[in-house]
Amino acid sequence: MSIKYVVACDGSPASHRALEFTIDHARRDGASVLIAHVLEWSPYSFLTPDELEERHKRRGEELARAKTALVDPLLASVSTDGVEVDSVIKYGHVAETLSAIASEAGAAQLFIGRTGESSLAVRVFGSVAGTLAQISPIPCTIVP
Amino acid sequence: MKINKLISTLAVFGLAFISNPVLAQSVDETVNQMFANATGWFVSFIFSPFPGTTFPWIVAWLVVAATVFTFYFAFIQFRAFPHSISLVKGDYSDPNDAGEVSHFQALATALSGTVGLGNIAGVAVAVGIGGPGATFWMILAGLMGMASKFTECTLGVKYRNEYDDGTVSGGPMYYLTKGFAERGLPGGRFLAILFSVFCILGAFGGGNMFQANQAHQQISGIVGGYPGWITGVIFAGVVFAVIVGGLKSIAKVTEKVVPFMGIMYVVAALIIILVNADKIGWAFGQIFAGAFTGLGVAGGMVGALIQGFKRAAFSNEAGVGSAAIAHSAVRTKEPITEGFVSLLEPFIDTVVICTMTALVIIITGQLTIDAATGNYITEGGRIVTATGASGVGLTSAAFESAFSWFPYVLAIAVVLFAFSTMISWSYYGLKAWTYLFGEGKSKEITFKVIFCIFVIIGAAANLGPVIDFSDAAIFAMAVVNIIGLYCLMPIVKRELNSYLDRVKSGEITKFK
Repeated sequence: MSIKYVVACDGSPASHRALEFTIDHARRDGASVLIAHVLEWSPYSFLTPDELEERHKRRGEELARAKTALVDPLLASVSTDGVEVDSVIKYGHVAETLSAIASEAGAAQLFIGRTGESSLAVRVFGSVAGTLAQISPIPCTIVP
Repeated sequence: MKINKLISTLAVFGLAFISNPVLAQSVDETVNQMFANATGWFVSFIFSPFPGTTFPWIVAWLVVAATVFTFYFAFIQFRAFPHSISLVKGDYSDPNDAGEVSHFQALATALSGTVGLGNIAGVAVAVGIGGPGATFWMILAGLMGMASKFTECTLGVKYRNEYDDGTVSGGPMYYLTKGFAERGLPGGRFLAILFSVFCILGAFGGGNMFQANQAHQQISGIVGGYPGWITGVIFAGVVFAVIVGGLKSIAKVTEKVVPFMGIMYVVAALIIILVNADKIGWAFGQIFAGAFTGLGVAGGMVGALIQGFKRAAFSNEAGVGSAAIAHSAVRTKEPITEGFVSLLEPFIDTVVICTMTALVIIITGQLTIDAATGNYITEGGRIVTATGASGVGLTSAAFESAFSWFPYVLAIAVVLFAFSTMISWSYYGLKAWTYLFGEGKSKEITFKVIFCIFVIIGAAANLGPVIDFSDAAIFAMAVVNIIGLYCLMPIVKRELNSYLDRVKSGEITKFK
């Protein structure tokens, strides 16, 4: 069975570093890479009647935009020679959804970049990388 | 720019009127008189009693429908209650559908359209006229109404229109047309048109004028009396900015603040009830005694029953058809699941929140009792209250007796509730309007401008004519909608049986 690595990408410089790091390791280990982008979404948020009506349409637009404006340029910016790279875009709680993607893909390892922010919000609510370090079902590498 | 211009023009007119109070007052009186004259016949027809009785046929219509649905679906509101909670929690939601409208979101949006002044002012009107006994009938109507809501929201999702661009439109207009055609029944299109006409009137009445009227009463109770049309113009300006100007940020803030206001309201009511825990038994005693004897209120037991049922229907809108419009946007492969979710709406709205309001009014002693007879003292058909207040003022006085600062919080809550209900109803009305006249920018703007004008009329008119017209318009929707529900309920039953069989066989399972 081939090895698969999942790397979380949100378009930030940190996620770009994580992607390069993951591809280097994948090339060395003969693994494939799955780029995962998660759109933050809570099924318990409140929407207006107009937003309800247009939600399905908006979802399609958001997914298309995430692919063309984020995932595709990211892929174009790194050299993937010799490494099989695929991508997935999902909605949900970011850390939980990344864990679920990794589990479903049967990945051997999960990679994520960290921004090193120490804002009040991060101190109170924690960062995605910090949360993944605690809840990831597989080994998780946090790329500085 | 256009919106800014309009708002500044309205403000100039406002200042001109404020500087001339006599002129301002006469505008209110003229609006009120014209309104009462124009709507009187419609109100009389909807609320006409059965010959030889004082019992309005429309109340019987709603009660019978809720009872029929309750029995036809074998007390679905109680059987499916735990399953409904599971659906709202997302236990049965496919994770791959994340990002679509969830059951919780459809329920929350529908609730923000129904939880509002009906729960605060409407309940005060019910117990102010029908006495504590009205609460009993209100709770019963809420419980029975759950079955009506279940039926209409299932049909709303099943027969909604899904357009190529991914948007959806649903509601009674669509299930009356498509459902009747599917069953080979005549008259579906006619009923759909009739429903749309009443829905537009309901949007102008209960979904708009009643809200503006009560918001004005609440604000003027705090800052002192001033002509209602001034509140109306300000409200109309903000509503205009949102629905015509597309200032979604205002609507978004309201949608987020309203649920917290609702929770705060319930918590405050619970604190008052718990602080007066020794009176809870007495209060329920009054509710039960009043339900069957009337305790001296006008019309006795029937008076209490009519008020209870009327205000429950007005508050939770079960059988009215409006919720079917809001719920139809949910993403589900099983229309029946939205029926299950929607039946929680009358429960939260009426059985929980309305009962809280009623208990606070009763427990804090707002309704005056004749010590000699134990009956309530009435004057002009209304129970004499401790502060002389009625409607939202009565609820405010009840909360104020425990928390002196609460009227200020309530005023903010009332304004926000009124606003969110208006936004919801502007949407329901618009859906009916576009069903009748077709889609199109100019057609939509026409409806929205008329909607804003009714905000001003609602704030300027007296409570009596406004509340009568609001009730009449909402109930007229129920007349048409319930005919449709009777004709289409076998379809709902088929969906229900198929779904329950698949849950039992394990074909439909929880995702978490």
